[in-house]
Amino acid sequence: MFCDVCKQKKASVFLTQINKGEMHKVNLCEGCSKEKGVTDPLGFGLAEALQTFSHGEKIASQPQERACPACGMPQATFRKSGRFGCPRCYVTFADGLDSLLKAMHKDTRHIGKVPATAVAAAPDYTVKLEELRKAQEQAVADEKFEEAARLRDEIRQISEKVNE
Amino acid sequence: MKFATLLRKAPEWMIHDGPHRDIVLTSRIRLARNLDGSTFPGYARKDDRVALMTALQPKIESLPEMKDSFSEDLGNLDAIRKQALVEKHLISREHAAKAGGSAAVINREQSLSIMINEEDHLRMQSIRSGLDLRAAFAALDRVDTELDGLVNYAFDQRYGYLTACPTNLGTGMRASAMLHLPGLVLSDQVNQVITAVNKIGLAVRGLYGEGTEALANLFQISNQHTLGEREGDIIARLEKVIEQVIGHEQNARKKLLEDAPHKVLDHVGRAYATLCFAHILESKEALTHLSMLRMGCDLGMFPGMEAKLIDTLLVEIQPAHLQIGAQRKLNAEERDILRAEVLRRRLAGFPEPKTDVAAGPPPEDPPLI
Ligand SMILES: [Zn+2]
Ligand SMILES: [Zn+2]
Repeated sequence: MFCDVCKQKKASVFLTQINKGEMHKVNLCEGCSKEKGVTDPLGFGLAEALQTFSHGEKIASQPQERACPACGMPQATFRKSGRFGCPRCYVTFADGLDSLLKAMHKDTRHIGKVPATAVAAAPDYTVKLEELRKAQEQAVADEKFEEAARLRDEIRQISEKVNE
Repeated sequence: MKFATLLRKAPEWMIHDGPHRDIVLTSRIRLARNLDGSTFPGYARKDDRVALMTALQPKIESLPEMKDSFSEDLGNLDAIRKQALVEKHLISREHAAKAGGSAAVINREQSLSIMINEEDHLRMQSIRSGLDLRAAFAALDRVDTELDGLVNYAFDQRYGYLTACPTNLGTGMRASAMLHLPGLVLSDQVNQVITAVNKIGLAVRGLYGEGTEALANLFQISNQHTLGEREGDIIARLEKVIEQVIGHEQNARKKLLEDAPHKVLDHVGRAYATLCFAHILESKEALTHLSMLRMGCDLGMFPGMEAKLIDTLLVEIQPAHLQIGAQRKLNAEERDILRAEVLRRRLAGFPEPKTDVAAGPPPEDPPLI
């Protein structure tokens, strides 16, 4: 694996940090890491550095090209067209949806008519999932990694149930 | 009901006189709905769209409101017929672009139209004469509740009715009114009013919706947000704003009559002369003149004549209506000739405009929204 900065020498310093819910990975050679002041990875402002290392590999906290399990629409298609593929897409692509809705609407919560069929409907997984994701983020921020792992498993379980 | 009957029959809103009919032509409510577990039309495969339509169409036809309706697969209508439905405001331009796998069901009175597989599985519309959003909503709400008993809507406790485009999420409701604002246009105040209306989260569009020109001085005002506000509140807010715009338009007309009566008489007189005697009329020119004639009617310059005739003509002189009338495809020049002919014929016997119209008492200035 080559260094992300000079692209010539072998990387020997590997850094990973979560920034705004996205995981970023940067690989540096010894020389470049010293030049950037990376002697102690914990004291290294990666978020800032990432903007200068345009080559830093970026990995989303979930697979980058998520696709809706119900209709198969990839996230990139939604980003391009602004249209979802099916009702389930609202669960699949829930991340970041609220900020999008906030810009479009008066609020992000429906308060109007409710169909008779929905009154007795199944528990609301969307709300639940969102709460779990927030708790997971907080756990990561607090470095409570066991708690975060437990929440991750619960999220996975519910997502699978929803996607059945 | 057959297509020919649908086209010949005047829609209910054109015959009835709703509140503020002089300035507000129509009030419309549109609801977007989707079926749970089905891919939205824009992303579905054609056979899935056809299957959904085949299942849904008879259910809609079975509703008491849709008795003896016009119900057709768009694959069975040619481009001109679909365009004629757009001109009558019965389907959207987007829907007219669809073919097999999409359908339209329209009731006899042409007050309710239900589009299957537009951008959403269901786009349902209710239309009323004048400013009557509440009546339009009540009628459509009933249909929506009945359908709710026959299908499973895609609904989320948090986000409300789920739609293909997140801009329609929540209530899925778009309420709109079509306003005739020649006074504000002639007195150069219309942009001010549009800006004020935009600022409070309402949209202003032209005669045939998004991205269309404000032909015939007609403007559609509608809500922009669908999530986070109740249907009734959206309608009440819109109603209030529209009433204020009506006030501004009435004032603008009175002021014009006071300050520049000759300008008003000239506009109406030229419009009358052109429409009664021209032999070649482009659509835009004809619409502009019809707008002036309609304003003349409102100002009492044509006693005994009703604005309804003009509202009918606004639709009759559109390209698809002309071509269906002629029973053949016409190029632009042929359409302009036929348009002038239709107008001369329909306006024969329309009296000359009176020139002694009084301005009435000077208006009070209402606040600018
Ligand atoms: Zn290097
Ligand atoms: Zn989907």
